[in-house]
Amino acid sequence: MDKTINITLKIWRQRGPKEKGAFETYKLDGISVDSSFLEMLDILNEKLINEGKEPVVFDHDCREGICGMCSLYINGHPHGPDEGITTCQLHMRRFKDGETIIVEPWRSAGFPVIRDLMVDRHAFDKIMQAGGYVSINTGGVPDANAIPISKADADEAMDSASCIGCGACVAACKNGSAMLFVSAKVSQLALLPQGKIERARRAKAMVAKMDELGFGNCTNTGACEIECPKNVSISNIARLNREFLKAKLQD
Amino acid sequence: MTKIDSKIPEGPLAEKWSNYKNHQKLVNPANKRRLDIIVVGTGLAGASAAASLGELGFNVLNFCIQDSPRRAHSIAAQGGINAAKNYQNDGDSVYRLFYDTIKGGDYRAREANVYRLAEVSNSIIDQCVAQGVPFAREYGGLLDNRSFGGAQVSRTFYAKGQTGQQLLLGAYSALSRQVKKGTVKLYTRHEMLDVVIIDGRARGIIARNLITGKVERYSAHAVVIATGGYGNTFFLSTNAMGSNGSVAMQCFRKGAYFANPCMAQIHPTCIPVHGEFQSKLTLMSESLRNDGRIWTPKKKEDAEAIRAGKLKPTDIKEEDRDYYLERRYPAFGNLVPRDVASRAAKERCDAGYGVGSTGLAVYLDFSDAINRLGKDAVAARYGNLFQMYEKIVDDNPYETPMMIYPAIHYTMGGIWVDYELQTSIPGLFAIGEANFSDHGANRLGASALMQGLADGYFVLPYTIQNYLSDQIRVPRFSTDLPEFVEAEKGVNDKIKKLMSIKGKKSVDSIHKQLGLIMWDFVGMARTKEGLETALTKILEIKKEFWSNVRIPGNAEDLNTELEKALRLSDFIEIGELMARDALDREESCGGHFREEYQTPEGEALRRDDLFSYVSCWKYEGEDKAPELLKEPLDYEFIVRQQRNYKS
Repeated sequence: MDKTINITLKIWRQRGPKEKGAFETYKLDGISVDSSFLEMLDILNEKLINEGKEPVVFDHDCREGICGMCSLYINGHPHGPDEGITTCQLHMRRFKDGETIIVEPWRSAGFPVIRDLMVDRHAFDKIMQAGGYVSINTGGVPDANAIPISKADADEAMDSASCIGCGACVAACKNGSAMLFVSAKVSQLALLPQGKIERARRAKAMVAKMDELGFGNCTNTGACEIECPKNVSISNIARLNREFLKAKLQD
Repeated sequence: MTKIDSKIPEGPLAEKWSNYKNHQKLVNPANKRRLDIIVVGTGLAGASAAASLGELGFNVLNFCIQDSPRRAHSIAAQGGINAAKNYQNDGDSVYRLFYDTIKGGDYRAREANVYRLAEVSNSIIDQCVAQGVPFAREYGGLLDNRSFGGAQVSRTFYAKGQTGQQLLLGAYSALSRQVKKGTVKLYTRHEMLDVVIIDGRARGIIARNLITGKVERYSAHAVVIATGGYGNTFFLSTNAMGSNGSVAMQCFRKGAYFANPCMAQIHPTCIPVHGEFQSKLTLMSESLRNDGRIWTPKKKEDAEAIRAGKLKPTDIKEEDRDYYLERRYPAFGNLVPRDVASRAAKERCDAGYGVGSTGLAVYLDFSDAINRLGKDAVAARYGNLFQMYEKIVDDNPYETPMMIYPAIHYTMGGIWVDYELQTSIPGLFAIGEANFSDHGANRLGASALMQGLADGYFVLPYTIQNYLSDQIRVPRFSTDLPEFVEAEKGVNDKIKKLMSIKGKKSVDSIHKQLGLIMWDFVGMARTKEGLETALTKILEIKKEFWSNVRIPGNAEDLNTELEKALRLSDFIEIGELMARDALDREESCGGHFREEYQTPEGEALRRDDLFSYVSCWKYEGEDKAPELLKEPLDYEFIVRQQRNYKS
């Protein structure tokens, strides 16, 4: 229960988007293997504050793997070496005593660094605003059971909808593509009768916004799927491509 | 004494809301464009309100502290959302949902508000389905339901164990559509630091841009607060790290009443505390109690052997297990309300039957369900929760029972609002968890999502018009008015004061101290003596904080420690208010349990003759005791009983 490890951290520190950053090295001793990765960073920050230094800035909030706020690139992997989890769910038992851990922010043209490990993910909101919705107002909608939806479609839509918008897919992609994020939303809504009506318009609008914001293209390397903390499948990208092509052919 | 007017409409219970809507004042479309509304918060309540108000044609300014509206902590709600659809044909109705909610809240909520909540619940499900929320479905294509605590019907709609996420993404998509249309302007990474009052009405806010550190002014015709609860007063809670009660305190200091601050919910099924470094507690959804059975060993020596690591839970024979909820509450069994389940767990652990290395845990066992339904069926229902548990605890819940213990989860108390969701300051509204309105002394599972969306989609968009209808000739406000200048100066002075302390202790270390005091004295079991101790100790922490906190960096810059310090300064005052309120309420009801007031069987003993009121605390100035005003709770339509989950 009380097992502890000693680690060395190499953490990216950067004052602002235009300033030059660099790695700084910190040593931490006696870290409980039961603590989470972010709790380990809390301990580091407590130490830095006590030494009169500025703490490392990183995004985090729910600490239970659902808000999508945490975003660290740990030892070359978005959300660290474990699969199917976010950084906040990563625990120190995953690391060895004496290990050196490298911590970086998401690195992508679409996500400029704000400070240290915190990046700007506004672009995702803008893509959503381009068409990630069903155009209905509050009220005046039919009864929830008026349109039956097959369980298979509902379950598949739910799998696509489980995307937390963290941006790990973009960070993992050598092209900095946001295709997994965009395709998850396009798929969810294309699978459901409520979303089908606007499917063509939605696919075109979201893809156009993604391109405009400087995200790269998809070359099917599959890195996004492997690093996605929610295991969102690359088959969503195939569906997006079909939706997009169909929409373009209709033009 | 000030009289509290809750503005409950006339008429029979079932007709009040229709009566209100039929007679309220509205704003015509051309005038809506000329009215600005500030909505603070983008959780279920805030996002649904901002989107709906934008759709109606108002000009909305929507603020959140996170980098995107989609991050609000509503996203973490797991289990589901209640509605009185009666799709299961199991006897549900609007009345029954109303009755269960009032009873679950231990008769400390307003009848009219709760009835309205039950009434609009069905529209919420319709709305969410129309948005493309992928609720769970049966093979026939219709919506599936599950059961939650405090109900004998299945009325909970769900999307795997991520219902809050899906509902919030639905509201966020509606909000995104309005942002595109230009009716809503988003201010992300902005934190509200004060409300601006002009001639007695709320007319704007002061907010800090969290990236630049700049303090900014925003004006509007009305301000809507949707900033959630104050559970993080306890430091360790199921809330997100950024969740805070500061906006509620800003409103309180400007004259809005703070209602029932002592009413906080302790959720029975959380992963137990395991170390000093711990930053938060993780909830395991209440839905697990549909199939999981809660137990501790029957024999003390077994419990001791388990704590010492000599026995495993699977070594304990069936006849040596005490399924204490099934034993004590045969009618509801493992699905008793949260307050009852939490206290029962504490009772077992205090009596020496607790498990885990600390003895502060009980088992939640799925072996029966796995034998009955098969592992795959259990995985389909709870797979993501089991995975979450395994990642944190490093134990496989399919093979060995989960360990759980109660933790602070939700605050029923909050900013006082009338039937229109308006606070005691005209033009200032509060919705969702931030207000106190619908859950009384205890909230039932799957009702928070219902209330947040009810307020945001279907209540506020109506009631706010009743207020705004006579504001149509009021021109937009300049932020150069002296009231704005003064409010901004107040905020800057506070920041300057904090930055100049340059003490020795980090914000978190002081917050942890506060949390321990809250948990020990203002937690699951409270006494007069304990609460008095808490008040003294909180005062000491306040002194320590204002003389010894250390905040590195500059104020006019991104500064996460300053953000935390500002929030902690308010948590300290909320803690004080909670203890004060708990001390006043000499009865036990719902989440508020005073050891002096219990039945011989150890159940909560309400004292309706003396405490059937909403405590409304009114600010009287810095370092002065707040004044207690009472809004009487008259039950016109139902008869109050001692809550019975036994038969």
